[in-house]
Amino acid sequence: MAAVTHEQNLAALRALIANHKRKDVAFGVVGLCCMMVGVVTLVVLFIDLLIDGHGRFTWNFFTSFPSRRAEQAGILSALVGTFLVMLVTMVAAVPLGVAAGIYLEEYARKNWVTDLIEVNVTNLAGVPSIVYGLLALGLFVYMLGFGQSILSAGLTLALLILPVIIVATRESIRAIPSAIREAAYAVGATKWQVTSDHVLPYSIGGIMTGVIIGLARAIGETAPIITIGALTFIAFLPPAPLSTQPPFISFEWLMSPFTVLPIQMFNWVSRPDPAFHYNAAATGVVIIVLTLAMNGLAIWLRYRIRQRIKW
Amino acid sequence: MAQTSAETATVVGRAAGEAAAARLARKSARDLKERAIEFVLFLAALSAVATTVAIVAILLYESWAFFQHVSIWTFLTDTEWTPLFENARYGVLPLLAGTLVTAGVGLLVAIPLGLVTAIYLSEFAPHRVRETVKPFLELLEGVPTVVYGYFALLFVTPLLQKLYPDLPGFNMLSAGIVIGIMIIPYVSSVSEDAMRAVPMSLREGSYAMGATRFQTAVNVVFPAAVSGVVAAFILGISRAVGETMVVAIAAGQQPNLTWNPTEAAATITAYIVQVALGDLPHDSIGYQSIFAVGLVLVLITLVFNILGHMLRRRFREVY
Repeated sequence: MAAVTHEQNLAALRALIANHKRKDVAFGVVGLCCMMVGVVTLVVLFIDLLIDGHGRFTWNFFTSFPSRRAEQAGILSALVGTFLVMLVTMVAAVPLGVAAGIYLEEYARKNWVTDLIEVNVTNLAGVPSIVYGLLALGLFVYMLGFGQSILSAGLTLALLILPVIIVATRESIRAIPSAIREAAYAVGATKWQVTSDHVLPYSIGGIMTGVIIGLARAIGETAPIITIGALTFIAFLPPAPLSTQPPFISFEWLMSPFTVLPIQMFNWVSRPDPAFHYNAAATGVVIIVLTLAMNGLAIWLRYRIRQRIKW
Repeated sequence: MAQTSAETATVVGRAAGEAAAARLARKSARDLKERAIEFVLFLAALSAVATTVAIVAILLYESWAFFQHVSIWTFLTDTEWTPLFENARYGVLPLLAGTLVTAGVGLLVAIPLGLVTAIYLSEFAPHRVRETVKPFLELLEGVPTVVYGYFALLFVTPLLQKLYPDLPGFNMLSAGIVIGIMIIPYVSSVSEDAMRAVPMSLREGSYAMGATRFQTAVNVVFPAAVSGVVAAFILGISRAVGETMVVAIAAGQQPNLTWNPTEAAATITAYIVQVALGDLPHDSIGYQSIFAVGLVLVLITLVFNILGHMLRRRFREVY
């Protein structure tokens, strides 16, 4: 009698355990599926763009201006515009962001000013990008009178990626062991000598990774640039920065109207004629390849740095 | 002889004094340079504060002009938003509704998928799987939003129309779904961080009692990490609310006071894009209106961001 209940208990217990194990395995499968939703979407999205846009990948597409006829339209002005805007963004954001990161990590004392700056950096990273567009519209376009120019757009995106660069700089500086700093101080170096001769050179790889990731984000940003009122039909190139006549170098291009790749894509998506949608898809492929290449470069760089550092 | 040695001593003394003075001068010059450098770096760091101040100042300044024409009460309670029409109405509710519906649909997608992904990555996935998949999820975040807009309008909407033939070409449902997929990596990475911060000893205690991984995850790890997970949701909401290009392309541009996601409706961000694409004169009320709705957008995201970061900090301090 007692033996039977014992057997039954054992059987019930085994059933219970088996049941729990089944649930465990089931959740593992569900988790794998959920995780794959994102990855599969990425693949489907890219294939969809390739199918829609593959017909446009001719030499003409890269060397023509936008046109009323979808078949003849190209992305030359958008490519050049993207390159120039990125140039302005880089020149403005990199020194500012790196300097701010150095200050916060190496110089800042623990007081309310530092806290205020840190709270601001965190919050700015969470501000929707279109709000930077509103800031630029009020400040750069109208108050400072830069107009709807490459300069305005570049500065807008610079503000947008500033938190990314600051955070990357801080993280790569923080990874340097303090023994390095102490050794330099011990032989009489000043704070700036320690920073510029030791801290910066050792953290430059990490900083560059952050800069590339920031720029990759800026390349795809559409909303802030639309908000400053960038034109979408640009069938000319900005004035060349170099010329054969003195003074040989000119900054007129900074004030030139422009278009960039994501705006060109948005313009083509918004048209009802499906022929333009193919152009949009092809532009989308170009943008994705550009951002993926930059992200890939950043990941590779990070990997290389991890391999090299031996402290 | 004695005189010479005294003279030598004076000369040596003077030379030493001069050297000391020169060293002192060099040191003070160096100190000055150090201070100047520190000050320049400080100014660079202050640019973050300056940006925030500039954003707030510009939004308040232009909104102030807007609220000279429109009372705040009307702005908050009127049920129509037609500032570009002949008889303009200025009620922000339709835009707010559009924003909340698309963000809500996005969260319905992102929260379950993001949470399960986070539990899987933190508790179940073998090391190799995690290291391979996480870069892909990061790439998902790196895809420009305008591309997601294309995907929503020309892939997801036609797909949904096969299921519901009545679905209009522009609708909040497909925009919301795509936004949701877009913020999965964000929700999952913040939640995963929170779960990995749970000490191993808690898990080991649970395993020692004979619990499975699933039971441990649901009954031990998740409750311990709950404030971090909620922070992930809140930061996700903030992202979804501020998302622009997907809704501007796929959800339509017509303000529409509805809670039905299968209809077309403009969001706050889509309205700003619509106005910016047109050719409104600077200082017109239409121009000022985008700053007023922008202010609303900033306030919403600010509240969620502060809440999210507070919760995030809390889970970090527990252990």
